[in-house]
Amino acid sequence: MRPEAPVPLRAGPSISDWFRLDPEGKLIAMTGRAELGQGNRTALLQMVADELGVCLDDIAIETARTDRTVNEGFTSGSVSVSEGGVALRWAASALRHLVLDRAAETSGIRRDALDIEDSTITQDGIPTGLSAVQLSAGLDLNVPVTEFASPRQPDERWRRFRDIGRIDLRERIVGAPFVHDMEAPDMLFGSPVHPPSRTARLVSLDVDALRARPGVVDVVLDGSFVGILAKSRFEAARAATAAHAIAEWTDTAVPPNDAMAAISGSEENAETVFETGTMESAQGQRFELTVSRQFLFHASVAPSAAVAVWNRGAVTVWTHSQGVFPLRNAIAKSLRMQEDDVTVIHRPGAGCYGHNGADDAAFDAVLMARAVPGRHVKVVWSRQDEFRSAPLGPGMATTVSAAVSPEGRIVSADVVVNSAPHTNRPGVNGTPNLLAASYLSDPFPPAPAPADVPLARGGGAARNAVPGYSIPNVRLRKRIVSGLPYRTSALRSLGAFTNIFAIEALIDDIAAHRGADPIDFRLRHLDDPRSREVIKRLADLTGEERSRALPEGCGWGLGFARYKNASGYCAVMACVNCTEEVQVTDVHCVADIGEVISPDGARNQIEGGIVQSVSWTTKEAAKLEGTKVVAGGWMDYPILLFTETPRVAVELIERPEAAPLGCGEIAQAPTAAAIGNAVRAGLGIRVCDLPISRSAIIEAASRQPDHHSHPVAG
Amino acid sequence: MSDSAQSSVSLTVNGSNVSVTTDPAVPLLYILRDTLGLRAARFGCGEATCGACTVIVNGRAVMSCDLSVGDADGADVTTAEFLGGDPPHPLVETMLEQQAGQCGYCLSGILMRAAALLERDPAATRNSIAEELDGHLCRCGSQGRILDALETAFHRAKGKQVEA
Repeated sequence: MRPEAPVPLRAGPSISDWFRLDPEGKLIAMTGRAELGQGNRTALLQMVADELGVCLDDIAIETARTDRTVNEGFTSGSVSVSEGGVALRWAASALRHLVLDRAAETSGIRRDALDIEDSTITQDGIPTGLSAVQLSAGLDLNVPVTEFASPRQPDERWRRFRDIGRIDLRERIVGAPFVHDMEAPDMLFGSPVHPPSRTARLVSLDVDALRARPGVVDVVLDGSFVGILAKSRFEAARAATAAHAIAEWTDTAVPPNDAMAAISGSEENAETVFETGTMESAQGQRFELTVSRQFLFHASVAPSAAVAVWNRGAVTVWTHSQGVFPLRNAIAKSLRMQEDDVTVIHRPGAGCYGHNGADDAAFDAVLMARAVPGRHVKVVWSRQDEFRSAPLGPGMATTVSAAVSPEGRIVSADVVVNSAPHTNRPGVNGTPNLLAASYLSDPFPPAPAPADVPLARGGGAARNAVPGYSIPNVRLRKRIVSGLPYRTSALRSLGAFTNIFAIEALIDDIAAHRGADPIDFRLRHLDDPRSREVIKRLADLTGEERSRALPEGCGWGLGFARYKNASGYCAVMACVNCTEEVQVTDVHCVADIGEVISPDGARNQIEGGIVQSVSWTTKEAAKLEGTKVVAGGWMDYPILLFTETPRVAVELIERPEAAPLGCGEIAQAPTAAAIGNAVRAGLGIRVCDLPISRSAIIEAASRQPDHHSHPVAG
Repeated sequence: MSDSAQSSVSLTVNGSNVSVTTDPAVPLLYILRDTLGLRAARFGCGEATCGACTVIVNGRAVMSCDLSVGDADGADVTTAEFLGGDPPHPLVETMLEQQAGQCGYCLSGILMRAAALLERDPAATRNSIAEELDGHLCRCGSQGRILDALETAFHRAKGKQVEA
């Protein structure tokens, strides 16, 4: 039986939604996914070429733009391959069938003797001289994909394009592919003058003084939105600095004394989002632990940027947004325009790990370019803008309590997740959610109480808060703590990072309390064969290394999760050295992401996730003071350095017969858990409050056993 | 406020002599990117804290956001475009071969510093390469692959030197 058609085909039902021929006769595949630095453009091209049977030279791939590609929403959640790629496979399969039908007509050869190999039509494996790409030129592609598609079965795939290497890496090193690099005749440079906090409003600004500055062409003022247009980047940036010095702002929002305390201590009603069995029936020794993660910065190496140009009341904007279609909708709504008058085209930015400032910078550019119709305006935020104005990864506190039977089985788990919102993407809560939209004289404020992603769609705050272990009684409740004056939204892996850190810490603590081996203890609570296999494989791979004697203060720890409880499986073993600063020295990972398109590309993503998570886990916390984000530059927010980077080894368990599951976010949470458990193994101290820095260890040690998951009365 | 004083600045960039009339206070980075169209030097912070804008000035790796073009008058400047010829510089070749990067925004700056180090000390060990790169930030977590690739490239260069 044919599998159900992939969801993206609903928005793009025809072959022509996914393929076109360019004037030179080259076949162009079109994806609504954005290349965010993760390599999906290369992986998707490989999938298309493999399904069609064409050479890579005969095909190109075009990514997210509202005037050409299918609306695939946001490129997020590690589903570019599993959803977007599979949809492209269906479209490619349909195209292949049409081409072969045409080849049979043209040549008079039996249809079932024909195939496409290396872009050539073959008869029983012998080239016929007919070109598949040329044949496709004469076809009507405006026909339904589902009518013709029957994607190759796993054993029919070529798998010829495994590790071809990123098609865009070279230009990213020595070329100018970024939106920051775009050029246009007569282009102006825009610098926004962002208010010092999300809730601040402009009181006064001497706009004339700014207009008189060298190189300044115009100053756009609309409510509390201020944008400076200048002939050069230098002059725009200098004028913005001068504007910050003379602008007066007011902020009437009442900030919490301590944002993290406001989250962990929230007394809002908790919503029960998952329940199986009952808490009452679960008898046994009880263990409990509460962990917290601070607000985090995305901290991409480039600040957000965009280019915009207006012509006859319509605007085109180039952006590194994750969602060109939602952004188009948000811009149109903010300016009360028709969507058709807004064109949004994706261009690469620096690495994107979630909802960062890209959409906001795009809207800044749109607002500034409106003052100079016909001229392109390039906006590049300052580093300070990037830290203070872009959305933050939300602070969280997760409590897990478990009951353990006398035989050592976990019989219940009760999880409570408290979190600032993870879902403030453009348009998702019925408001544009663009920074400047809330500052306009005719404003669109952010949603007061953003909706969270439901668990059925992977969950937001509660992602991975249902333990992946076989536990008969489980309850999961969550509190979304809205009303804080900070902008928070989606950051790589959403709530999974904190929730898995909590669950895996508790599992390790229970195992330690019972004198059980943490690997065996997990396996005793896992029935799922693929979950068991990644852990067992990791245990085998690292067995010898772990058996060696370690100096005092060093230890190994394990973390495991199946991302979203439904995607890639990832087990991580980390070694830490806590004799001075917390140094993660070695990380081993085994992952099962189902079918693997590019093994090296997948390993690259997972390695990067591990290293980024080491940085989050051991170093990072965004400081908030009053309504303001404090950090102004990198000195205020150190991230992992080259000399601090661990040795990392990733092994994939490939399953060509299984569905691809995605890999971009699977390592964040297990890595944090592994580090926390390694610190406990090395020092005997459970650090619950991230980041696990030297001072956090000293603090935790002074509070133990109070702060340690331990048997509790009742 | 009147226009800032303009002056003429001469540079040798990737082997060619260029002369620009500019406010000498403008950082070299903006001259390279916006005046000369050499955009492989990236803007990351403008405060000499991330390394993305690194180029080679008179043989030394320098963050070009932190050097005014006036102070660079007469200097010999090399940018990442220079490494990108056909065939590319062995450093670029090794980075591609080992797929050492993700978004790539930090890579040109890292390669410029590595190229300067390679010139100065081809025997540099992995640890000393890492120390040299501590002023460069990579947020995608590609540090391990970058060090692997550079170590390979340095090793190969040393081999060639020994042969010669």
